[in-house]
Amino acid sequence: MNLPVIIKFVIDLLAVLLLALGIKGLSKVKSARDANRLAAFAMSLSVVGLLSYYLGTSGIAIQSWIWIIIGSIIGSLFGAILAKKVPMTSMPETVALFNGCGGMSSLLVALGVAIFPISGGQENLDFFKSLINEVSISVSIFVGAITFTGSIVAMAKLQGWLSTPGWTQSKVRHFVNIVFAVASLIAFFDLINGNTSSIWLLVIVSSLLGIGVTLPIGGADMPVVISLLNSYSGIAAAAAGFVVDSQLLIVAGAMVGAAGLILTQVMCKGMNRSLVSVLFGGSLSAQSTASTGSGEYTNITSCSVEECALTLEAANKVIIVPGYGLAVAQAQHTLREVTKKLEQNGIEVVYAIHPVAGRMPGHMNVLLAEADVPYEQLKEMDVVNPDFPATDVVLVLGANDVVNPQAKNDSSSPLYGMPVLDVQEARTVFVIKRGMSAGYSGIKNDLFDLPNTSMVFGDAKKVLNDLIGELKDLGVGEK
Amino acid sequence: MSFISLLWVLLLGSLLGLELIGKVPPTLHTPLMSGANAISGITMLAALTLIVKAEGNVPLLIIGSVSLGFALFNVVGGFFVTDRMLAMFSRKPSNKK
Repeated sequence: MNLPVIIKFVIDLLAVLLLALGIKGLSKVKSARDANRLAAFAMSLSVVGLLSYYLGTSGIAIQSWIWIIIGSIIGSLFGAILAKKVPMTSMPETVALFNGCGGMSSLLVALGVAIFPISGGQENLDFFKSLINEVSISVSIFVGAITFTGSIVAMAKLQGWLSTPGWTQSKVRHFVNIVFAVASLIAFFDLINGNTSSIWLLVIVSSLLGIGVTLPIGGADMPVVISLLNSYSGIAAAAAGFVVDSQLLIVAGAMVGAAGLILTQVMCKGMNRSLVSVLFGGSLSAQSTASTGSGEYTNITSCSVEECALTLEAANKVIIVPGYGLAVAQAQHTLREVTKKLEQNGIEVVYAIHPVAGRMPGHMNVLLAEADVPYEQLKEMDVVNPDFPATDVVLVLGANDVVNPQAKNDSSSPLYGMPVLDVQEARTVFVIKRGMSAGYSGIKNDLFDLPNTSMVFGDAKKVLNDLIGELKDLGVGEK
Repeated sequence: MSFISLLWVLLLGSLLGLELIGKVPPTLHTPLMSGANAISGITMLAALTLIVKAEGNVPLLIIGSVSLGFALFNVVGGFFVTDRMLAMFSRKPSNKK
């Protein structure tokens, strides 16, 4: 072994170690930020390792440098700008977009190698080796394309650019997707038989498959899909590693692929859904219209902001249940103002965070952290649920399905079995909501009908602002 | 590298990934997903390899460069956005009076 090979070997080994430590560290609050930087450092290290290896062996042509620099600058620039500009509320779709581009990158590498076989040994491959080569190219294209189109569809749906077309909820979609899957299998075998042009067929049908699989999935399940697609992009990277013969790519890709799978599983558990039902069950709302059609409310109590303020003032313990609606209204900062006032009056304030509050697990924590809510006030569901009976007032802000008692009481409900926050146990519940529309699942919320629940209608931000005014009039929060 | 040893690498890498995240608090799901996502942009190395080995083949250089762009978009954006999210958690203690 000559020197460049040894140096690359050492750098690769170091990079893998640091990446593993990075992923490990990302799963603990204390070490997460450093771990993220460590992983970023490991990635740059791996680039340095690869470039120095080529400089020390074959050398890098000027022309190659030019294209490397063009690609790097454009990609990094756009990535950095988007990462800096994007609001915290659209984090899920941003991750989806980044993820899709990673998949696209693997696809392009495989496509490039397939159309223009890399010089240097590839011409005189024996049958076994060329088979492996073709299989890894196909896998890379197949998974890469699904990751790309799937992520883009997921992003578009989360952004509200795409809705769920009606036909995708019928059984037809399974048939369509099976056709795409079979077609990609045919393209795959054709490719192995030496018909290079069928690679385009593979690209097209696997892209369509990515769309066909993602499109029917409802908005509430999207985070799980994104996490799964994230796992796919790892697999695509590992496949690309086989294509260009890079162990580092294979290890890193496999790590992300496996870690993504675990994370997907954890998320499914939080929503009481199995991965199979998320992928093939269609959107939850479509099922619910069939099973629980009775969406009529019979006993709605609505009340004014003033009443709400009076009740809050008299409370000893208040639990806030934030949901995605809060984030949409950008009201997390206003909410913080309200709770500050309450705290100044000696009222205990706690935030109850459902595992899937917001649109992604942990998303709500990020949003509240942005509004400077102390970390200790955020309580997870299992911790906070026993506290509800001893709570005077619960303020539900833009959350819906996660506080639906149906999930506990009504075994015919599609929500049945999903872990929910037992807000109805509290003395008074205020639900701040724009109107009577249903939540993500499209299911009627029995909570709204309960005698101890009052609805405060209005935009979350406006209601909270009014609330601040009312509390001020009552002298809450002033010394 | 022989194919068999690459398979070993794949297997061990997967096992490592399965082991690494056992208990993740829900708070960290989003940042973890986004951080792992940035790492999957490691295909940038494959794109680099493609460009270096293109040897003046312009279409291949272009494909490699576009691929590199996509990968770096993923990597740079992913790490930045993860850092932004995590910064909000760590800012907390200093802000408290």
